[in-house]
Amino acid sequence: MNNSVGSTGRLLWAGLRALLVLTVVCGVLYPLAVTGIAQVAFPGKANGSEVTDASGRVVGSELIGQTYRLPLKEGEETAAPDLRWFQPRPSNGLGSNSVNTRYSIILSGATNRAGDNAELIGWVKDAKATVIKDNSTASYEVKPSDVPADAVTSSGSGLDPHISPEYAKLQVHRIAERNRLDVAAVDRLVADHTDARILGFVGEPRVNVLRLNIALKELVAAKG
Amino acid sequence: MSPVLAGVLQLLALLVALGLSYRPLGDHMARVYSSEKHLRVEKWIYKGIGADPSVEMRWPAYLRGVLAFSAAGLLFLYLLQRVQGSLPGSLGFVSIDPDQAFNTAASFVANTNWQSYYGEQAMGHVVQTGGLAVQNFLSAAVGIAVAVALVRGFARSRTGELGNFWADLVRGTIRILLPISVIGALVLVACGAIQNFAGIHEVGQFTGGAQQWNGGAVASQEVIKELGTNGGGYFNANSAHPFENPNGLSNLFEIYLILVIPFALTRTFGRMVGSLKQGYAILGTMATIWVGFTALMMWTEFAHHGPAFDLAGGAMEGKETRFGIAGSSIFAVATTLTSTGAVNSFHSSYTGFGGGITMLGMQLGEIAPGGVGSGLYGMLIMAIIAVFIAGLMVGRTPEYLGKKIGTREIKFAACYILVTPALVLGFTAVAMALDTPSHSMTNSGAHGFSEILYAYTSGANNNGSAFAGLNADTQWFNTTIGIAMLLGRFLPMVFVLALAGSLAEQKPVPETAGTLRTEKPLFTGLLVGTILIVTGLTYFPALALGPLAEGLAA
Repeated sequence: MNNSVGSTGRLLWAGLRALLVLTVVCGVLYPLAVTGIAQVAFPGKANGSEVTDASGRVVGSELIGQTYRLPLKEGEETAAPDLRWFQPRPSNGLGSNSVNTRYSIILSGATNRAGDNAELIGWVKDAKATVIKDNSTASYEVKPSDVPADAVTSSGSGLDPHISPEYAKLQVHRIAERNRLDVAAVDRLVADHTDARILGFVGEPRVNVLRLNIALKELVAAKG
Repeated sequence: MSPVLAGVLQLLALLVALGLSYRPLGDHMARVYSSEKHLRVEKWIYKGIGADPSVEMRWPAYLRGVLAFSAAGLLFLYLLQRVQGSLPGSLGFVSIDPDQAFNTAASFVANTNWQSYYGEQAMGHVVQTGGLAVQNFLSAAVGIAVAVALVRGFARSRTGELGNFWADLVRGTIRILLPISVIGALVLVACGAIQNFAGIHEVGQFTGGAQQWNGGAVASQEVIKELGTNGGGYFNANSAHPFENPNGLSNLFEIYLILVIPFALTRTFGRMVGSLKQGYAILGTMATIWVGFTALMMWTEFAHHGPAFDLAGGAMEGKETRFGIAGSSIFAVATTLTSTGAVNSFHSSYTGFGGGITMLGMQLGEIAPGGVGSGLYGMLIMAIIAVFIAGLMVGRTPEYLGKKIGTREIKFAACYILVTPALVLGFTAVAMALDTPSHSMTNSGAHGFSEILYAYTSGANNNGSAFAGLNADTQWFNTTIGIAMLLGRFLPMVFVLALAGSLAEQKPVPETAGTLRTEKPLFTGLLVGTILIVTGLTYFPALALGPLAEGLAA
């Protein structure tokens, strides 16, 4: 085995050349080719599945969850939810940009709390109480056992665009009351926006909250 | 349909899809690494490298190629991050600090993709697409090359020559990883994964105001991240982020990508050693452990024992609605039984036993089916250990695939299986004994210990997933996990290649009536047992303090 400095240097030089050549192939040509094809074949999806409302304004992405809150009042740390709209899952794991602070990027993420973590137990307890209080109306009482798990837990990304059909149904009476709509009409709206498992068995049944709220807004507007 | 039934059907669909691609992909890979011909584009690349692809290498030369190439990759990726702030196309993101840049460079070159940074706020287009994603291809190709060299060691006799590293590297990249990635990336875009260079831009919101998003070449990086069992996410939330993994179908497809090459390599192995049945025995071992672990994971996650989960009525913390419990559990097992470490749900918020299953999966050495290449050579090492143990029981010199497992061979195999436990348990013990590392924990008690055990398990086994409550962006963790990743990747490769060289020099021993039939189900059973006992028991005391304590208390 020849271990002289010269041969090690030559070997490293070969390694570096290999790296640079393959970087051109895998790090330049490949992503550009894929981007080119994607932009032609699936422009909407490749650019983030943006969704417009009835007026044509972009109101977000079908894939990225958002919050539906009232404007922040003085003295509040977080804005209160706007209960006229369907509410998404909690997102206690979301962070905010801390490195390049000229941006205000939302930092995706989970809480990473264990099942026996006191903070998580507190969050779940509080969320459950809030869900019960917010969604109980004069004629409809929410029982603790009615509240599905997704309504009181944060998702992995913090950006979950969906809620379970159970959580959507739970909100129907509140939505109807706050928007002066028929319960049956809101029920239909939820049913129309419930996606079944893909091919019947892939993934889980879910309701896209943004799509549902856009439809709700149209329903409210149509009623005048 | 109940969620459990839907989960079982998804698992079956995966089995069918993997089964359908097993033969064509396995045979294709065998042809790729046996062919005498070079494609025109490959000839250009060899010219650029200045290497002659037809020169046969003995194991020291092959190893020097692996190490030189990886060292160049490490240095390049380190420097790229260090100068990010001055590079165009970096979205104005600042340069990465030295300790984190070392950690990240080591991580991606070692096929680990442990991330102590937050993708969306730290790495611009140039580093993500031109640096990190490139290593996703190349570290994977290196892993397959080393596995193929070991297979040649079994297949060849009286030579010591193991092939040409540069040819194996380039062919793996050009003929296997790239074509599947192009198709796979487009499938992911069709599902909704993004693929653009829009940078950071604002998008309106329903209630007014705007969200800020990162654009990026996400789908093209996502596909190789899974296919090459790398696992480093474009975004902090990894494959839980809807732009990386938009729906149930993309989820199933990504799990398929994680598993397809490691499983098919057993066919390649069978082809190259001239006995497909030997490949099936290895495949059977991998599949048994994989299905078993998946079943256990689904059971514990659906049962959701734990105070917070009992209160919530389900273990949905850290899981996405569109994947649910089943889609998350299947992914979690696939990612930790391979060296992937991508996550579509956060393992720290799994049940105590669920977290334990992810850890044990990695601790078994990620061999069921394991990382691309590393899974196969890790499993073949275990097969050698198994025939050795069987040989001791009947008092015969052990042999495997017509090669004698003598003192020299068993020493290399023993060294191989000692590396990662020594790194994991050693570093964990030191971190627990020191004062400051425990300040990084988010959870306390058994789960806090698990965060650190998980970190070194993941690093040394080149997985890259985390109990992500641990704040790993400290000089201590960046440095020690960086070292664990490099040693956990390259020391085993040294032993594998040395073993391959030693095997290739032997002349084959004729099969006799006393030869252990390693192509039979009996051997598969012996191998499963050896894996669970030899490596599983090594970690049992540590697991008892962490996930087992948490799971039993729940």
